[in-house]
Amino acid sequence: MVKTIAQINERIKKGEVVVVTAEEIIGLVDKKGVKQAAKEVDVVTTATFGPMCSSEVYFNFGHSKPKIKAQKVWLNNVPAHAGLAAVDVFLGATEIPENDPANSIYLGAFKYGGGHIIEELVAGKDIRLKAISYGTDCYPRKELDTWINIEDLNEAVLFNPRNCYQNYNVAVNLSNTVIYTYMGVLQPGLGNANYCSAGQLSPLLNDPLYLTIGMGTRIFLGGGVGYIVWQGTQHNPNVARTDKGIPKSPAGTLAVLGDLKQINPEWLRGVSMTGYGVTLAVGIGVPIPILNEEICQYTAVKDEEIYTQVIDYSEAYPQGKPGSLAEVNYAQLKSGKIIVRNKEVPTGGLSSYAKAREIADILKEWIRKGEFLLTEPVQKLPSVDSKIRLKALKER
Amino acid sequence: MGGKEIGVRSDVFFTFYFLLSTFYFLFSGESMIKKRVVLTFPKEIVEQPITCHLIKDYDLIVNILSAKVNPNEEGRLVVEIGGQREKLAGGMDYLKGLGVSIQPLAQDVRWNEAKCVHCTACIPICPSDTLSVNREQMRVSFDSERCIVCGLCLKACPYQAVEILF
Repeated sequence: MVKTIAQINERIKKGEVVVVTAEEIIGLVDKKGVKQAAKEVDVVTTATFGPMCSSEVYFNFGHSKPKIKAQKVWLNNVPAHAGLAAVDVFLGATEIPENDPANSIYLGAFKYGGGHIIEELVAGKDIRLKAISYGTDCYPRKELDTWINIEDLNEAVLFNPRNCYQNYNVAVNLSNTVIYTYMGVLQPGLGNANYCSAGQLSPLLNDPLYLTIGMGTRIFLGGGVGYIVWQGTQHNPNVARTDKGIPKSPAGTLAVLGDLKQINPEWLRGVSMTGYGVTLAVGIGVPIPILNEEICQYTAVKDEEIYTQVIDYSEAYPQGKPGSLAEVNYAQLKSGKIIVRNKEVPTGGLSSYAKAREIADILKEWIRKGEFLLTEPVQKLPSVDSKIRLKALKER
Repeated sequence: MGGKEIGVRSDVFFTFYFLLSTFYFLFSGESMIKKRVVLTFPKEIVEQPITCHLIKDYDLIVNILSAKVNPNEEGRLVVEIGGQREKLAGGMDYLKGLGVSIQPLAQDVRWNEAKCVHCTACIPICPSDTLSVNREQMRVSFDSERCIVCGLCLKACPYQAVEILF
């Protein structure tokens, strides 16, 4: 049974399409077998919602009178990057306010920063914009202090150079003091274990070899429509995999882009990690067209078949030392406890499974109602046959 | 900054306390009441054996749920106090007379559900199961009755969904 994306789109337009979520396909394949399931189902929706550093927005705020070539820009006192043009600005999710004590007054709270401004922009709040410049003949103004609102911006775009990690580490702390990491608060002596993946609902774990997800794939991005534009940074397909092709450590990533004006703050949230910094949580949903049985089989992956590594964030991770303390699966992680070094360790998530489930359902409805058509990727993501190897920095 | 924070969580202790209070209720023939409060001690009196007086002079059962007591610093105890109505009122007057501020517990911790994304980062951190997760739905809920105001969730929640108001 082989289908094409064009045929599936025809079925979407006619209202005949059969869409299920990446959770629902599991039971369907169990009950009817992969052959029958692949025949019946046209699309499987996958999703994830979690903190995704490497997120930013860029926008054009329009020319003032007289004009300014913004050289340095602050948004609610948070520095933004203006070295692009005259009134184009780039704001990173992890940027912190100009005079934030950060961790110099330990423990930094990091209550506000780039991620929160992005959330506020999306929520329609006014943001204070300050800019300075050196003045030119064509752009004579040297200072600007005003308010902006997303409605008045010419373009506002969410751009995420690395999102949707295909699998991620489980973070623990072997030391005897509390540590504060981007994986959350980690209690000493294996006090807790934090993970960050939607497991069986996660996009790239349902298409482990990137057979359908590629450049140009139309997606749900923060409640609006976005696109996959490239492989994400640190995309690393050549890691150890299970015999079903599922990577057993962080592997592929996506770069995504979408119109910030379509986005809903429900699916885009500023994140504060005590002692670490700020970032942005992003909700992403990716449709997988069931073109054949092989693809269908991949989407039927279960939490208990997805393994990942338990890494010590007090020593091994910060020092770049290899070594996994244990290999666990997502069924164990979601049960609330795992075993590491013969100790029962309680688990906490950073990725919201509840939100991922909601997104997979919303995308399913969009497709069912004919509001969302699938796209043919214009280029595939580099896969296991590529020569990509993730490189560490060689200091010179 | 030598502050030492102690979170007390002992099921055995709770069970023992529960049995004790039940017996007390049965044999005293009087009504027992108990309440959970946050006691803030001015630093001037933090070295006095105040809890001991509450127990001995007012016949109260004091269950310390969380404590932060250091020399020359404002102290804080989160306690469950049980006893006869009149004696409990007397104990409270005794505390007020010393300048100890008394706040009911439930009012002090707020969980803002709209801010919660149900990520579960707080779950292994919360020592009293105030924050718990329904594993079927993978959704978090907050039971203020169980809270001991240890404050650990404040640092663990990336979405600032929990607030302590003192």
